[in-house]
Amino acid sequence: METLLRLLQQNATVSREDLARQLNLTVAEVNDRIAALEKDGVIRGYQAIVDRERLDQNTVTAFIEVRITPERGGGFDRIAQRIAKFDQVVSCYLISGGYDLLVVVEGTSLREVASFVSEKLSTIESVISTATLFRLKTYKENGALFTADVPEDRLVVSP
Amino acid sequence: MEDKIAAHVRDIPRSGIRDFFEIVQSMHDVISLGIGEPDFVTPWHIREAALFSLEKGRTGYTSNLGLPKLREAIANYVSRKFHVDYHAPSEVLVSVGVSEAIDIALRALLNPGDEVLYHEPCYVSYNPSVTLAHGKAVSVPVHERDNFQLRAGELAKRITPKSKILLLNFPTNPTGATMPREALEPIAELCVKHDLIVLSDEIYAELTYDGAEHVSIATLPGMRERTVFLHGLSKGWAMTGFRIGYACAPAPLIEAMMKIHQYAILCAPITTQDAAIEALEHGDAAVAHMREKYELRRNYIVSALNEMGLPCPTPRGAFYVFADIRPTGLTSRDFSLRLLEEQKVAVVPGTAFGKDGEGFVRCSYATSLEQIKIAMERMAVFVAGCPRR
Repeated sequence: METLLRLLQQNATVSREDLARQLNLTVAEVNDRIAALEKDGVIRGYQAIVDRERLDQNTVTAFIEVRITPERGGGFDRIAQRIAKFDQVVSCYLISGGYDLLVVVEGTSLREVASFVSEKLSTIESVISTATLFRLKTYKENGALFTADVPEDRLVVSP
Repeated sequence: MEDKIAAHVRDIPRSGIRDFFEIVQSMHDVISLGIGEPDFVTPWHIREAALFSLEKGRTGYTSNLGLPKLREAIANYVSRKFHVDYHAPSEVLVSVGVSEAIDIALRALLNPGDEVLYHEPCYVSYNPSVTLAHGKAVSVPVHERDNFQLRAGELAKRITPKSKILLLNFPTNPTGATMPREALEPIAELCVKHDLIVLSDEIYAELTYDGAEHVSIATLPGMRERTVFLHGLSKGWAMTGFRIGYACAPAPLIEAMMKIHQYAILCAPITTQDAAIEALEHGDAAVAHMREKYELRRNYIVSALNEMGLPCPTPRGAFYVFADIRPTGLTSRDFSLRLLEEQKVAVVPGTAFGKDGEGFVRCSYATSLEQIKIAMERMAVFVAGCPRR
């Protein structure tokens, strides 16, 4: 993967000037490359990694295993895209194994997620079954550890 | 008690870096570019291997030379990365860091009065280690105009009938210098011609940038049989506290080094030897990740230093920039002390690495980019306020 992309993945808020200095490029070159990555759809967006437990104790994340009947001609795509369009769905993946889709849903309460599953998801015609797993605690998300790793106790000057 | 201390120990001057360390430690909120070890924590898979080793109850001594499996891993790694083949059972010794390996190699080779050539500015331990082994340390200057590479002409001038060893360290602490094959060749020829043994400290080998390949002098014609290849896990794998180094050399020399090592140290700790196996066998990706980080920071720091009027060519190895501070008109020591007092940024005066380091300071980029950024801003303010530009 391109170094620029790696740097943006680690921290998308780094200034264009800092990126340029690290990559031995001009700011204009960095801007061009980022613009091209955005245009090609390689970069789909920029977000903050939020520790929801610090924000609101009631916030709920559910991982829902969904089994569906694939359609003749369309396979899983049409139904997966339909599920992905719900605002409550944060991520939606087609996966291998015992079920077909892994749907990540966020809500402000258990009840809200439960009603999404029972009223929206399960009622879709080709959905055969769902299994809902609730997040209890986050240890790492998108590469960011949620617990501090190691204290800073290096010698201040060393040979 | 002072009069009881052996003369050759008493006469070793206090380390310049120690003095500086004490001043920095007494201050608050200092950003330190004076650190000679990685800021990364050892990759988790390696730490986990150390935990697993303890869990299994592996807490005893190992063979004096080191765990056979680790020596095998070392021989494989050195062959794979540097294209020199060593016989693991007889030509590899695991030491407590490269420092110990240098010490026992010198003690195994030197008779009193034998001369050891080394390039300067250099790592702080070379000169005193030679003295402690009753040898005579002979420094060979390297110059900024040569990108701090060792030149055969400078070396040749200092070879005498008593010269026995040449100590090399490329990539170099403190200059970041590297020696490509063409630069090493004339040095190797001189070593063969004058029958010199080479102690080659290649601890920064993995931290070679710009896609350049690290070349070990042991690979050049006639060199394997006269080279002690010294390496370890401290820098490339961020394992300084694990204290694992190693020496690869012809069997008779390893045997002689082992005589000293077995009585002085017995063996390197088993826990960290186990971790070292994991590092060598499965650490390539983690090393590459850290190398990339260092390279990006190097680019940043070099561009910032040049911009503030401290010329510095781009070093191609290690994690140091040896910045030329002569445009400020200050000595290395004054520059470092005033920068520390006025802007709370710590760098190490070049003179800590030998008298030829005057006019330079060592800036380490083994520190987060955020810290480097602030340090460069503060340093620019300091340099702008210096009297002579």
